[in-house]
Amino acid sequence: MKLKVEELTFSYENRKVLDSIGFAVDEGEFVSLLGPSGSGKSTILKLLTGVLTPFGGSIAVDDRPVEGLSQHFAYMPQNDLLFPWKTILDNVCLYGQIHGSLEAMRREAKASFPEFGLAGYEDSYPSQLSGGMRQRAAFLRTALCKADILLLDEPFGALDVITRGEMQDWLLKIRRKLNRTVVLVTHDMDEAIYLSDRILILNQSPARITHEIVVEGRQRDRQWLYGQGELRKEIYDRIMAGVREVKTYDSSMAPQ
Amino acid sequence: MKKYNQKIMPVMLIAALLIIWEGAVYAFHIPMYVLPSPTEVMKALTEEAGVLMGHGAVTVAEALMGMGISLALAVFLGIVMDCFPLVRQGLYPILVVTQTVPMIVMAPVLIIYMGFGIAPKILTVVLMCFFPVAVSFCDGLAQVDEEYVNLVRSYGAGKLKSYGLVKIPAAVPALISGLKVAATYSISGAVVGEWIGAQKGLGYYLLRVKNSYMLDRVFACVTVIVFLSLCMNGVIRLYQYRALPYMRRK
Repeated sequence: MKLKVEELTFSYENRKVLDSIGFAVDEGEFVSLLGPSGSGKSTILKLLTGVLTPFGGSIAVDDRPVEGLSQHFAYMPQNDLLFPWKTILDNVCLYGQIHGSLEAMRREAKASFPEFGLAGYEDSYPSQLSGGMRQRAAFLRTALCKADILLLDEPFGALDVITRGEMQDWLLKIRRKLNRTVVLVTHDMDEAIYLSDRILILNQSPARITHEIVVEGRQRDRQWLYGQGELRKEIYDRIMAGVREVKTYDSSMAPQ
Repeated sequence: MKKYNQKIMPVMLIAALLIIWEGAVYAFHIPMYVLPSPTEVMKALTEEAGVLMGHGAVTVAEALMGMGISLALAVFLGIVMDCFPLVRQGLYPILVVTQTVPMIVMAPVLIIYMGFGIAPKILTVVLMCFFPVAVSFCDGLAQVDEEYVNLVRSYGAGKLKSYGLVKIPAAVPALISGLKVAATYSISGAVVGEWIGAQKGLGYYLLRVKNSYMLDRVFACVTVIVFLSLCMNGVIRLYQYRALPYMRRK
C-alpha cells in the first residue's frame, strides 16, 4: 500500500500552514514527519484522514486518489482520547462499533490484550489506567482498524521520559508483528531516529518538507541510539536551517 | 471521620433547631394558628397520612409527567441547537427570558387557556424544569472536545453516529446535573399549578388547610413537599450511580 502526497496546501483562515507538501511512503515503511511545534505536522495527518479538506494538491493510495474520509488510514491522536464512559474493551473496539462488526472485533481485541500489556483490564475504565497503559489502549484501538496505514500524531508526547522510552521500545517490537505502513508525527529527534526508516524534516509554517534523511540500521536498541550523535547533529542543523532567523537590533549602537 | 462529620452535622443542626422551636412554642405559649410545634406537626402528619398520600400521588404523577416532557424537549432542542448554531443563537436568549417570568403569574393564565384539568399543572412543571435541563444539556454538548468527534469521523462515523457515540454520552453528566436541579423544582412546580386551581394534589390540600387556619396541617404538607422533592432528587442520583459507573470510580 503506497501513499503518495503531492503539492498539498492548507490554510487556517488567512494563515497559510502548509505550502506544497509532497512525499511518498512505501508499503511497510515507517516514516516520521519531524519539525518545530506549530509547523503543521498534525494538520498533514488530519488532511490524510479527511477530517480537514486540503486547499490544493492530492493524496493517493496505490495510485488511486483519496478524497474525504478514507478507510485507508487509522489515526492515533496526540492525547489518547479514550472515552471515559466506556470500558477499555469497548474503547478499543470503536472501529467495530462504527462499522457494525463489534462482536468479531471484541474477540480479536481480547486476543490482543496480553500482547499490548492490557490483560485483565478489559472491564476497567480509562481513569483506572496509567498513562502508558492508556496510550497502549489507544494504539490497540488504532491497530484494530482495518486500515493499511497508521497515522500516529505524537502518540507519546504527553508521557514522562521513562514511560516514553518504554513505549518506543514496545512500539518497535509490536511494529514488526503488525507489519503496517506508519506515518509518525513528532518533534522529538531521538524518537524519529529510533523508530523511523526515513525522516522528513519540515520547516516552520507555512511548512514545506526541506530535507529527507534515510535512517540505516534495522537492529535498533538504545545503545545504537546513543551512538547517533552525528545524525542528531545533522537533523538539528537542518531543522535550524529551515527556521527563519530572528535578528535583534541593538538600539544603543545606533548613531545619535 | 470527615465524611461521617459531613453527614452527622446537618442532622445535629436540624435536631437542635427542632428542639429550640418546640421549646419556644411551649415557653411563649404560641397558639397553633400562629406557629404549631414540631410535635403538633408530626401529629398532623400521622393523622393526615392517608389524605396526604392520596394528594401526594397526584402531585408526584404531575411532576413525573412534567419532568419526562422537559427531558424529551431538552434533549431534542439541545441536539437541534448544537447542530444548527443559528437556532441556538435565536432560541437561547428566549429560553433565558422565559425564566424571568414568575410562575405564580403564568399559572393562572395557563388555567384560563387549558382549564382545571391536569394539563396546566404539567405545563407549569415543564416551564420550571425545562430550562435547567436544556441549558445543562446544551452546555454539555457545546463543551465536548472536538478531537473526540474528529476521531470517530476519521474512523468513518457520520454526523448522526458521532452524536450517538461521542456527543450525547459526553453530555450525559451535564444533563444529569440539570435533571437534579429540575427534579427538586418539579414538585414545587406541580404544587404552584395546583394552588391556582385544582381539585386534587398537595397544592389544593395546602390551600384548603391554609384557608382553615390549620397551620399544623400546612406544616405537615410542607414537610411532605420537601420529602418528595428530596426523593425526586434522590432518584436522579441513584440513576447516576447506576448508569454512570465511570463517574462513581473517580
